[in-house]
Amino acid sequence: MSVNLTLLTVMGALYACGIYLLLERSLTRVLLGLMMLANATNLLILTTGGYAGLAPLYGKDTNPAEYNDPLPQALILTSIVISFAVTAFMLGIIYRTWVLARQDEIQDDAEDRRVAKTPSFDAEDDSVIPVETSEFPLTMIGTDGQSVSDVPSGAEATVKVADRTLDAGVAASEEQPGSRNVAPPSQEGGGQ
Amino acid sequence: MNIASFAPLAVILPLLGAALTFLLIRNPRAQRTVSIVLLSVTLLLECWLLASVWEGGTAAVNIGGWLPPWGIVMVVDQFSSLMLVVSSSVSLAVLVYATGQGMADGDRDAPVSIFHPTYLILVAGVSNAFLSGDLFNLYVGFEILLTASYVLMTLGGTGPRIRAGVTYLVVSVVSSVLFLIAIAMIYGATGTINMADLAIKLADLDQGTQNLLHVMLLVAFGIKAAVFPLSFWLPDSYPTAPAPVTAVFAGLLTKVGVYAMVRTETLLFPGDTFNGPLMVAALLTMLVGILGALAQSDIKRLLSFTLVSHIGYMVFGLAMSSVAGLGAAVFYVAHHITIQTSLFLVTGLIERRGGSSSMDRVAGLAKLSPLLAVLFFVPAMNLAGIPPFSGFLGKVGLMQAGIQLGTPLALALVIGGVLTSLLTLLAIARVWNRAFWRKPEDAEHPDPVLLADPADSATGDRAGKTNVTLLPRTMVGSTLGLVILGVGLTLFAGPLFKVADQSAVDMLDRTSYIHAVLGEDAPVPAISRPEPDPAPAGVPPASGQERK
Repeated sequence: MSVNLTLLTVMGALYACGIYLLLERSLTRVLLGLMMLANATNLLILTTGGYAGLAPLYGKDTNPAEYNDPLPQALILTSIVISFAVTAFMLGIIYRTWVLARQDEIQDDAEDRRVAKTPSFDAEDDSVIPVETSEFPLTMIGTDGQSVSDVPSGAEATVKVADRTLDAGVAASEEQPGSRNVAPPSQEGGGQ
Repeated sequence: MNIASFAPLAVILPLLGAALTFLLIRNPRAQRTVSIVLLSVTLLLECWLLASVWEGGTAAVNIGGWLPPWGIVMVVDQFSSLMLVVSSSVSLAVLVYATGQGMADGDRDAPVSIFHPTYLILVAGVSNAFLSGDLFNLYVGFEILLTASYVLMTLGGTGPRIRAGVTYLVVSVVSSVLFLIAIAMIYGATGTINMADLAIKLADLDQGTQNLLHVMLLVAFGIKAAVFPLSFWLPDSYPTAPAPVTAVFAGLLTKVGVYAMVRTETLLFPGDTFNGPLMVAALLTMLVGILGALAQSDIKRLLSFTLVSHIGYMVFGLAMSSVAGLGAAVFYVAHHITIQTSLFLVTGLIERRGGSSSMDRVAGLAKLSPLLAVLFFVPAMNLAGIPPFSGFLGKVGLMQAGIQLGTPLALALVIGGVLTSLLTLLAIARVWNRAFWRKPEDAEHPDPVLLADPADSATGDRAGKTNVTLLPRTMVGSTLGLVILGVGLTLFAGPLFKVADQSAVDMLDRTSYIHAVLGEDAPVPAISRPEPDPAPAGVPPASGQERK
């Protein structure tokens, strides 16, 4: 009884080629890589069953110690079925990629690229708020009948709108949903 | 009567349902009925299993009468039955949601008639993985659920889904191959793949071999659970799938990986050999995940990143290998399955109502649909760990366990955990501010449906598409059910934490498991462990005084 070197060498070669192919960009090669990995693993399971030359089947005169372990073969059977299903599915996917994109390549994730390109400046979170313009610029009547105004007298508070400078009160009363009354930050191009 | 004799039904019923729904492929109404009824029956059965082991104890059944360690065993204990109940409740809710979506869109000519059989097979695979007491059967369970998930991921075969499906498929297959190699090596080293038997026999191997096998299993499960250096596939592949599919994947698939890691760490390789590296991985998972989430502008992608990030909490609890830590991790898994799934379901609703899941496009939903806002707000706050909710309780449990352990690494993780929690809140608040609070006119590229005249949008008159119910009652109802379940986890956190702690005691002790599988006279090898904390840590205070 001896270790079967052939089986181990084949297994090693399959693993090496499988991993190499898996790292390729072409889907067909990836598939071949996966199949090689699966088969190499099957060989690995087979070697755990015992040395070559042991009896695989029941015989009346065989010494119990000379049987091959049947369990690994059952495991291999299961794993072959599973890798068969996965291979079939993968072939379907490859065909579909070909139909859709006319290419047999792994494609980049567009959203991921987009997020990576997004500048760290975020208009909504990071831009400086120009001046707090009140939503209620109207004069309010106090309890004693006197008018109370929270709009500052004079023109200290001004708002810089795209190209002109406005009094805060005027700007606020002009403010309508979506009126773009607030100057867009210069470094941000999209949207506004 | 052995309660576990009924455990295989949790796998058989969904598989039977898959066969039936496949036969009924021309009749969507019958398909729906069959799958919902069968899944409900399965859920009831699993509730019964949980009730029978609620007080503790483990039951095992030998499939086909083959005695262990030769035959396949299924084991019911507190952890596995709790996982079964939570996962089945979640999958039932998602199924109802998916049928609602199908009915609303009129799936007469869409190729989703295979949805029901595939979905039931997925559920069967998840149940099989949770119940399995045999390493190879665990592998088969994984393969069943993965193969079903490949189909669900690429449902409809559109360009983006195929692209994402390829990544997912290749990564999953590689992790399965690693798992299979580990099984082959373990079988070669010990001559058994029964987990209880392995618990005895692995202890006899020399330390180097043990470490090799241990790392192989951890890497294989780490890919499935999306633990940091192995997590990059997840945010890339999950968001493109249909909303209900993403929801069920986010809830269940990674947790099956976490479950397998827990079994590996407690049953097969007890002790603290890899606790240090696991803790580092947990810390990096939390931080890298949540920092990724902050950069996203698509809600689904953002949630996928928070999913990765929160796996870190579970790995942290596991890596402490103390009763308090493991108990909190068990509770956290149950909490996170429910919450993450409901958030993805709500995102599906956002997508229907607002026309997109991108934060550049949706806005003003709080005014358009206050119900939707509530449905999002509750699980979102729960995820971020705001005090009354179960997310807070789970995190407090983990922090307490970490402080109790007191090593510098554990304390670093406690700090990292708090930081992650705050950053989660920030990420979630960004979604809230943009999608719900700001005016549609302020969005960068508002969807036309949001700017439409309110009278129009009430009738569901969407650009180009008429007569589409924007928020069908079944979809909202199932999401609401899941959100309520999440709140229920908070209300019943006391008993749940007790069960989680008990299950942690049992898992760390291993006697109950090994005796249930191999008989009362099986030897249980001693574990070299610092000092297992004798008293369960109890329930953390539910009030907000113990603020992280």
